[in-house]
Amino acid sequence: MVDRLKKIVLSVAVLSAFFLYSWHERQEQAQLPTVSRHQNISEVKTPSSSSAPPPDILTGKYKDGTYTGDVTDAFYGNIQVSAVISGGRLSDVVFLQYPNDRQTSIRISTESMPILKQEAIEAQEADVDIVSGATDTSIAFRKSLKSALDKAAL
Amino acid sequence: MKITKIIMGMPIAICVVDKAVDKKDIESIFTFFKSVDKQFSPYRKTSEVSKINRNEILLSAVSDVMKEILELSIQTKKDTHGYFDVDAKGYFDPSGMVKGWAIEKAVKMLKKIGYKNFFIDAGGDMFVSGSKKGSLWNVGIRNPFNRDQIVKILELENCAIATSGTTIRGQHIVDPYHDKTLTEIVSMSVVGPSVIDADRFATAAFAMGRDGISFIESQEGVEGYMIDKHGMATYTSGFTNYVLS
Repeated sequence: MVDRLKKIVLSVAVLSAFFLYSWHERQEQAQLPTVSRHQNISEVKTPSSSSAPPPDILTGKYKDGTYTGDVTDAFYGNIQVSAVISGGRLSDVVFLQYPNDRQTSIRISTESMPILKQEAIEAQEADVDIVSGATDTSIAFRKSLKSALDKAAL
Repeated sequence: MKITKIIMGMPIAICVVDKAVDKKDIESIFTFFKSVDKQFSPYRKTSEVSKINRNEILLSAVSDVMKEILELSIQTKKDTHGYFDVDAKGYFDPSGMVKGWAIEKAVKMLKKIGYKNFFIDAGGDMFVSGSKKGSLWNVGIRNPFNRDQIVKILELENCAIATSGTTIRGQHIVDPYHDKTLTEIVSMSVVGPSVIDADRFATAAFAMGRDGISFIESQEGVEGYMIDKHGMATYTSGFTNYVLS
């Protein structure tokens, strides 16, 4: 699966969320992180539910090195990451396994379909009962990363 | 009464708002989901799926539910022009098929007991039945760029919605190996009366990249809302029938 190796730069928000997640893992609904596109480490938001920021990440309590996390089941495939620690902090996350989308064989004809409409997405304010979105992959991701960081902890 | 458990690597929430709700009934649905995981997980060595892959069970001797899944898988491969292929990984993995199928079974079980007003949400794919205190269920589509936000609110009745995509893909992953079209689209939601269709078509349409929404438009009984990496949404002609705001 090395060919599917991926690199990401993680924002502290994801880390906060995943630490929260690890604390709340036994609770049935984990709080999910606030991460927006184009966000970098200097402009992170902590999750709204975060009353206690994870001190380990901020002060750097990890041993330098690269730590491989557990393979976790994202149901549609496996996820496995390794955490790269430098200067006591998480500096990179490498994807060793990632669910692969289905192999493509034939392409659908791309003739223009004028009935399709477009709009820029906009955040909605009203309350909803349920939310639909892809969650399975990110939960497995956080599990694998957590197990990698457990190994890195001093 | 709402109960959430992590099964099959994802949170499954069952919420029943009928007055005479019995917790045991909800527990029985979770027992069903656990049995589905045991039988169909390709990651469990003892599952029927794993046994099939090790050639320990002849295809002619598989269980009746496995036959159902196999037939559904073959049909879906045809329906999606090969985009949904349970053999794509080089071995038999019906995971993508099983989720929608299991939700549908669970919905039927709850209805058989006599419940009318409920929802079942398995990792963001769901079926909503009846209403909540007289008003329809409001279902949000999550912002793939910000998990705390929703970008669309739908009003659904006896209807399913499934979303394919990943929030990780929408963020910082730099992947020089992946096909470009797969990173172009970050979220694909499909709505319709059948949770099996919503689930299998959302998965297939997401794999099609930009063409996915045209595929949904071409299918009877489903509508779609696709979000690309620039935050632009494209939606099918009948999608607005479901939209509250």
